[in-house]
Amino acid sequence: MSGVTYIDAIREAQETLLREDPRVFLYGQDISNFGGAFKATKGLAEAFPNRVFDCPISEDAMIGLAVGAAIEGMRPIIEMQFADFSSIAFNQIVNQAATHYYRTGMPIPITVRLPSGGTPGSGPFHSQSMEGIYAHYPGLVVVTPATVSDAYHMLVDSVKLDDPVIYCEHKFLYRWLKAKSIKGDGLPIGQARIARPGKHATVVTYSAMVHEAVRAADRLQADGWEIEVVDLRSVKPLDLDTILASVARTGRLLALGEAFPWGGVTAEIVAKVTEEGFHLLDAPPQRLNARDTPVPYHPKLWAAHRPTPESICDALRKLLSF
Amino acid sequence: MLITEENAYINEVSHEGDFLRRTFRAMLRARILENKLSSLYKAGKIVGGVYLGKGQEAISATLGASLIQGKDCFAPLIRDQAGRTAFGEPLIDCTRTYLGSVKGPMRGRDGNIHRGRPEMGMPAMISHLGAQVPLIAGMLFAKRLKGTLDGCVGATTVGDGATSTGAFHEGLNMAAVEKLPMVVVVANNQFAYSTPNSRQFACADLVERAAGYGIGGFSVDGTDLIACASVVGEAVRRARAGGGPQMVVAHLLRLGGHGEHDDGSYVPDSAKHDHYGRDCIEVAIQQLVEGGYAIVEEITAWQDEASEEVQRAVAQAQQEPVPDPYREDWSALSTRFPLHAQ
Repeated sequence: MSGVTYIDAIREAQETLLREDPRVFLYGQDISNFGGAFKATKGLAEAFPNRVFDCPISEDAMIGLAVGAAIEGMRPIIEMQFADFSSIAFNQIVNQAATHYYRTGMPIPITVRLPSGGTPGSGPFHSQSMEGIYAHYPGLVVVTPATVSDAYHMLVDSVKLDDPVIYCEHKFLYRWLKAKSIKGDGLPIGQARIARPGKHATVVTYSAMVHEAVRAADRLQADGWEIEVVDLRSVKPLDLDTILASVARTGRLLALGEAFPWGGVTAEIVAKVTEEGFHLLDAPPQRLNARDTPVPYHPKLWAAHRPTPESICDALRKLLSF
Repeated sequence: MLITEENAYINEVSHEGDFLRRTFRAMLRARILENKLSSLYKAGKIVGGVYLGKGQEAISATLGASLIQGKDCFAPLIRDQAGRTAFGEPLIDCTRTYLGSVKGPMRGRDGNIHRGRPEMGMPAMISHLGAQVPLIAGMLFAKRLKGTLDGCVGATTVGDGATSTGAFHEGLNMAAVEKLPMVVVVANNQFAYSTPNSRQFACADLVERAAGYGIGGFSVDGTDLIACASVVGEAVRRARAGGGPQMVVAHLLRLGGHGEHDDGSYVPDSAKHDHYGRDCIEVAIQQLVEGGYAIVEEITAWQDEASEEVQRAVAQAQQEPVPDPYREDWSALSTRFPLHAQ
């Protein structure tokens, strides 16, 4: 046994859900016998006949269908082939699914899987990070697993929630990230985790950037700095208690994300900490995001577009020297 | 909850006359209710918009009356008061929603035509046109997975404007691919807000689209109750019998503005004096009387009954409490975070 990858965990979670809950079905492009563009549903159509469906290239209708099915008591999991394409489904997600509980009193338990984030060579339309967009809207839960075990357990937990969940899975982690097993620590959705303890500065981040932050923290350790990394796990709800507790220990905050820099999750973190934890801060809180251009195609440009251990170290040194 | 006395005998509809009488009474109740809504709006008693189905009652009511509440599903749109009434929505749901009563299905959180009872098979529309097409497909898809689809139909209505949206296309194509028993009624009322058909589509008749989707297509005079009953009835029968999605395009004219804030002055007189400019209620009365389906005295009695019912529904909603922002549960999620570790 060579271990479980992040994508294995996503596949296994769906297998568990299909096995344990007759209300679950999978709907998406190329996910049936082909097993999905990333093989997240490999073998599931054979194992669960009439539960895993290929669908037309109609992202709007995919979510519309899911909401209708949820009204009828089902728990659909929709695979967007790439997070970027969920822009076509935006209306159904934010206006149909997200408003439904508030308007009618009936929650809509759908889970939308968004293969998110950049990988080398993927370019502007297969690399986007949409969590900030969806988190902006009331009525959605937005989760961003960074570990193999979270990939598994948070998908299972997402489907069990009665509300619509945007499950942002990072493509860069699919095959690169491995664990011995999917055994988890039982944290519920909405609770962050200290991914690496420290005392001089706090990096609050999520998804693939957790690993880049830990790398940066390891490098700064050589200079005697102990950096704490908070893995948010879900960006909505945002676990402000864990963030503030960490900032209380370190006095310094860097909010780190892979999404575009205007607004978004990192801006929300800085705003919340400034509002509620201003007295805890020994330095102005910092943000580090991708650059304010579309995600470029060439690996050299791409690597300089997103935050890297180097740019994270630079940001932390600036923060620590204040 | 939605089952009304009128609705109760839907199961024994076999006689054309029964169907026409029942459908017409829904048309009449809707028209009288909507006239009252218009007055209330003009008197400043309704906040927000008022959107009427004047001129569309025949096509809307025949669809609602062809469906079985409790078994079928129906996603009405902006001009479907008659269809809602025929399907079994009580008038009080309408007046409560327009007047903001907390006892209404939307509890003041949404208003006017943005109401529904999804648990009873009638989802609440959103304003984005075409969006209910895949939603109804999803309800039917779920029934298939649950093994309860047999003999069911799902229906929704759109206007000419919605046929230009991506959602309409995606939803109808998906329903066709999934071979779902769905009926989509397109009420071509010639104007999408102020935009005439000539700036909306370029085909001769929107029903031509049906061939492109590989689904059944019907074109009908939407001002003619008997024609609507026959065509919508056939479309619903075909869908119910497993014939896949059916599209019905009804030709008519919106007899008013987009909403009561709009006088519709851009609608040319030629359209108003055209065949489709006639009032389907007047046509229906003539058809019922001439066909021997009803007598004038009976229709007058139905009218009086409906007027009283509308008065009661308005009076009741007006005396009910409106939402209290201090007691409002300001939560868009049913899950109450934080959750606790297992």
